[in-house]
Amino acid sequence: MELLYDIFSTDMLPDAAYITIFTMFVPLAGAFMASVIKSRDGRDIAVILTAIVLFVNVLNLLSIASKGGLPSLVLGEPIPGIKIMFFVDPYGAIFALVASFLWIITSIYSVGYLHSNHEPHQNRFHAFFALAIFAAMGISFAGNMFTLFLFYEFMTLCTFPLVTHHGSKEARIAGRTYLVILLSTSILFLLTAILWTWSIAGTTDFEVGGILAGKIGPVATGILLMLYVYGVGKAALMPMHRWLPAAMVAPTPVSALLHAVAVVKAGVFTILKVVVYIFGAKNLSEMISENWWAGGWLVYIAGATIIISSIIALRQDNLKKRLAYSTISQLSYVVMATAILAPKAIMAAAFHIVAHAFGKITLFFAAGSIYTAAHKKNISELNGIGRRMPYTMAAFTIGALSVIGIPPAAGFLTKYYMMLGAFEYGNFFAIIVIIISTVLNAAYFLPIIYAAFFKKEKGSPKHGEAPIAIIIALTITAGMTIGLFMFPDLFLWLGLQPVLAE
Amino acid sequence: MIENNLPIFQVIIPLIGAVLCAIIKERKIAWFIAAISSWAVLGVVVILVLRVSAFGSLFYQFGGWEPPIGIQYQIDSLSAFILLLVSAIAVVMITYARESVGAEIDPDKQHLFYTIWLLCFAGLIGMVSTNDIFNIYVFLEISSLATYTLIAMGKTRRALFSAFEYLVLGTIGATFFLIGIGLLYMMTGTLNITDIAERLGNAGDMRPVEAAFAFITLGLALKIALFPLHTWLTNAYAYAPSFASAFLASTAAKVAIYIMIRVLYTVFGYEFSFNVMPLGIILLLLSIAGMIIASLIAIWQKDVKRLLAFSSVAQIGYIMLAIGLATQEGLTAGILHMANHALAKGALFMSVGAVVFYTGSSRLEDFRGAAKQMPFTMAVFVVGGLSLIGLPFTAGFVSKWMLLSAILQKGWWIVAVIVLITSILALIYIWKVVEAAYFKPRPAGAVKLEEAPAGMLVPMWLLVLANIYFGINTNATLGLASDAASMLFGGK
Repeated sequence: MELLYDIFSTDMLPDAAYITIFTMFVPLAGAFMASVIKSRDGRDIAVILTAIVLFVNVLNLLSIASKGGLPSLVLGEPIPGIKIMFFVDPYGAIFALVASFLWIITSIYSVGYLHSNHEPHQNRFHAFFALAIFAAMGISFAGNMFTLFLFYEFMTLCTFPLVTHHGSKEARIAGRTYLVILLSTSILFLLTAILWTWSIAGTTDFEVGGILAGKIGPVATGILLMLYVYGVGKAALMPMHRWLPAAMVAPTPVSALLHAVAVVKAGVFTILKVVVYIFGAKNLSEMISENWWAGGWLVYIAGATIIISSIIALRQDNLKKRLAYSTISQLSYVVMATAILAPKAIMAAAFHIVAHAFGKITLFFAAGSIYTAAHKKNISELNGIGRRMPYTMAAFTIGALSVIGIPPAAGFLTKYYMMLGAFEYGNFFAIIVIIISTVLNAAYFLPIIYAAFFKKEKGSPKHGEAPIAIIIALTITAGMTIGLFMFPDLFLWLGLQPVLAE
Repeated sequence: MIENNLPIFQVIIPLIGAVLCAIIKERKIAWFIAAISSWAVLGVVVILVLRVSAFGSLFYQFGGWEPPIGIQYQIDSLSAFILLLVSAIAVVMITYARESVGAEIDPDKQHLFYTIWLLCFAGLIGMVSTNDIFNIYVFLEISSLATYTLIAMGKTRRALFSAFEYLVLGTIGATFFLIGIGLLYMMTGTLNITDIAERLGNAGDMRPVEAAFAFITLGLALKIALFPLHTWLTNAYAYAPSFASAFLASTAAKVAIYIMIRVLYTVFGYEFSFNVMPLGIILLLLSIAGMIIASLIAIWQKDVKRLLAFSSVAQIGYIMLAIGLATQEGLTAGILHMANHALAKGALFMSVGAVVFYTGSSRLEDFRGAAKQMPFTMAVFVVGGLSLIGLPFTAGFVSKWMLLSAILQKGWWIVAVIVLITSILALIYIWKVVEAAYFKPRPAGAVKLEEAPAGMLVPMWLLVLANIYFGINTNATLGLASDAASMLFGGK
C-alpha cells in the first residue's frame, strides 16, 4: 500500500473527489428510503442494502485514497476563508470503516430487535439512524475543524429523536440532559475554540504537524486545549459525561451503534484529530516539557475519568447503565492514550477506536438480546441465563474480555501499545491507571459472566435464545473482536501514519 | 420611460393597491390585490437589485425636481438588500395571510386589513428607498400608523391596549426623530441626505448637531425596540394578529435598523458617530443587556408569541451589537443577521400562527402534543428555532459566526462569551416549546389540531428552506451584506 498521505496533494484528477461526496450521501438516500417505504420488509431490506453499499463505497474510497488518487474536495465556502471541505485521512478512514461496517450489522440486529419488541415508529427510527450515520461520515471525512463542527452538531440533533424514541417522561428528561450537555459544551467551548484557532492560524484545516505549531504560547495552548477537550462533550470526559448514561433510555440498537460507536467515537476521534492536526503531537509534547499547563494535565483528567467511571460502573445494577459507565472509562482510554503523545500511544488511541467499538457493540447486542428474549434489564436477574442463551453469553464473554484487555481479544493490543508508549515517554501515572482500571474492569464484568454460567436460576423461566437476526449480529461482532486481535495490522498501520509523517 | 422611473414603482404599487382594496370591499379580491402588489414589488426590486449590482447606485428625482428642492430616491447596495428582504418576506407572508387572516379577522374587515397592511408595506419600502430625511419621517409615520391599526385588530381586548401603548411610545420616538431632523435642517439648510452629509462634514462637532444626533438615535432606538425601549414590542407582537406579528417581526424592526445605519454611517458619518459621540459603548452596553435580560425573560414566558417577541428583543441586541462594533466586519455581520433573523423569526411566528389558526390562542398549553397532530408545522418551528439558536446548516449559524469573528477581531473575549451564553438561553426557550409540542400529551378536551392548510404550510416551508439554503450557500446573503458594508465604509 502506498502512503495514504499522498492524498494531501491536490493536483490529482478532480473527478475522483466526488466519490467522497457520493459515499457520504449514501446514508442520506437510506434515510429517504426508510421514511418513504411503507412495507416493513421492503424498508428493512432497503436499509441493510444501503448499509452494505455504504461500506463497499468506503472500501473503494480507501483503496483510491491509498493509491494517492483522492484530492481534497471543497463543497462550498459559506464564509470567506472558511471552506466546507472533505478529504480522507488515516483516522477518518478508520472511523468511517468501523462506523459503516457496524451499521450493516446493527441494521440486521435492529430488524430482529425492533420487531420482537414491537417498537413503534420504526420508519422514523431507521431514518434518523441513517442520518446519524451520514453525520458520522461527514465527521470522518471533514477536512477542517469547521466542517467537522457542522457535522458534529448535526449528529447531536439527529440522534436526539432516537434517544427520546419512546416519548415517555423518562425519555424526555434524558433527552433534555443529552441535548443541554452536548449542545452547550459545543456552542460554548468548541465553537469558541474553533474561532480562536481560526483567528490565530488563519485556517482550520487539518494539517500534519499541527496548524498552531509555533504560533501560540504554552499557557494559551493549555486553555485552548481545555476548550477543545471539554467542548467535545461527546468524548464524555468527566464532568461532561452525564449525557451518556442518560442516553441509555434509547432502544438497544441505538445504544449499541451510536452510544458505543458512532457518537462517542466521533468525540474521541475529534480530540485525536485536534491533538494531531491542530496542535501537532510533537509540538504539544515539546510545549508540555516546557510548561506542564500546556496539556500535561490531560492525562490526569482522562486517568481520573477512567478510574472514577469504572468505580461507578461497579455499582450499577442496570446492565445498560453499567455498560455506559464502562464506555465512559474506555473513551478516556483513547483520550489518555492521545495525551501521552508518544507515537505508539497515539497509534493505540486510534486502534482503540476500533477495538472498543467491536467489543462494546457486542456487549450491547448481548444486553439487547437478553432484554428481547428474557425481558431482563438488571444484572441481579441474570443468574444462570448462560445456559438458556449460550450464544449471547458467549459473545458477551468475548466482548468483556476485550474491554478488560485479555488476549485473545482486541482490547489487549490497545493496552499493550499504550503501555509501550507510556514507558517510552516515562508517563508512569498512565501505567498505574491502566493497571488499576484493568482490575476494575475485571471486577465489573467477571461477576456477570460467573453468575450467568455458574449460578442457579431463580424459578423456571420459559425463554430460549433471542431471534436469529440478533444472534447472527452478535456472533459476527464477537468473531470480529477476536479477528481483530489476530489481524490488527491495517488499523495499527493507519493509526501510525499521521504521527510518522510529522 | 418605465426604465427610468423604475425606482419609484416599488412604492407606488402598494399605495395604489391599498386604495383599490379599500374601494372594492370584497375580501377575496382584496387579498388578491395585496398578493399581486407584493409580487409586483418583488419583481421591481429584483430588477433594481440586479441593476444596482451591475451599474451601482440608482437615483430618481421626483417630478423631475432636482434636489435639494425635490425629493430624491436612491437605491444603493444597502437599500437594495433591505428592499429585497422586505419584499421577499412580504410575498411569503401575503401567501400565508389568506388562511391566517381569514381565520383571525372579521370577514367584513378583511379588505380594510389588507388596505392597512399595504400602507404599512408601502411605508417600509418608502423609508428604504428615499434619500430625503424628511421623506423618511413621512414614510415612518405612514408605516407606524398602519402598524398601530394592524396590532389593534388582534382578537383580544389587550390588543387595543398594546396598540395604544405602542402609539404613545412610537409617537414619542417619531417626534424625537422629527426634532432631530429640524435641528439638522437648521444647521444645513437641506433635507437631502447626501447634501446633509456633505455640509455636516464642514460643520464639525457643533452642539446643535450633537443634539440632533442624540434626538435621532434615541427616536430610532425606540422604533427599533432596542433594550430598554422595547416594552411596546413584546405586547404588540403578542397580541397582534399572527400574520401581523410574523410580518412586523421580520421586517419592521429591520427597516428601523436600516434607517439607523443610514443615519450613523451616511448622514453623520462613521467618525462623528463612533469617535466624536460615544455611541459605540452605549450600543454595546444596551445590546448586551438586551441580549441577556430579554433572553432570560423569554425563558419564563407562558405565551409563545410573547416568548418569541422577547427573543426578538434579544436578537435586535445581536444586530445592534454588531453595528456598535463600528468595524466593517461588524457591520457586515449586523446586516447579514438582519436578513437571517428575519428568515428564522418569520418561520417561527408563522408556525405559531398555524396553532393560533385552530386554537385562537398561543399559550404554551396549546402546543402540547401539537407535533403528533401537525408534524409539518412543528417541524417548521424546530428548524426556525435551530436557526435562531445558530446551529450549523442554518442561516443563523452563518451570521453568528460572522458576529463572533467580528467581535474577536476587536479582541472582546467577554462579549463573545456572552453571545455564546445567550445562544444557550435561546436553546432553552426554544426547547420549552419543542418539549411541549413533542413530549407532552395533548390534554383531554383541548382543541383538536390538524396539519395547517397548504396555503399556510407552503410559505412556511419556503422560509424553512431559505433558512437551510442560506446556511450553506451564502453567496446571495453574505455577498450583498458585505457589499453594503464596504460601501458604507467608503469602498465601492
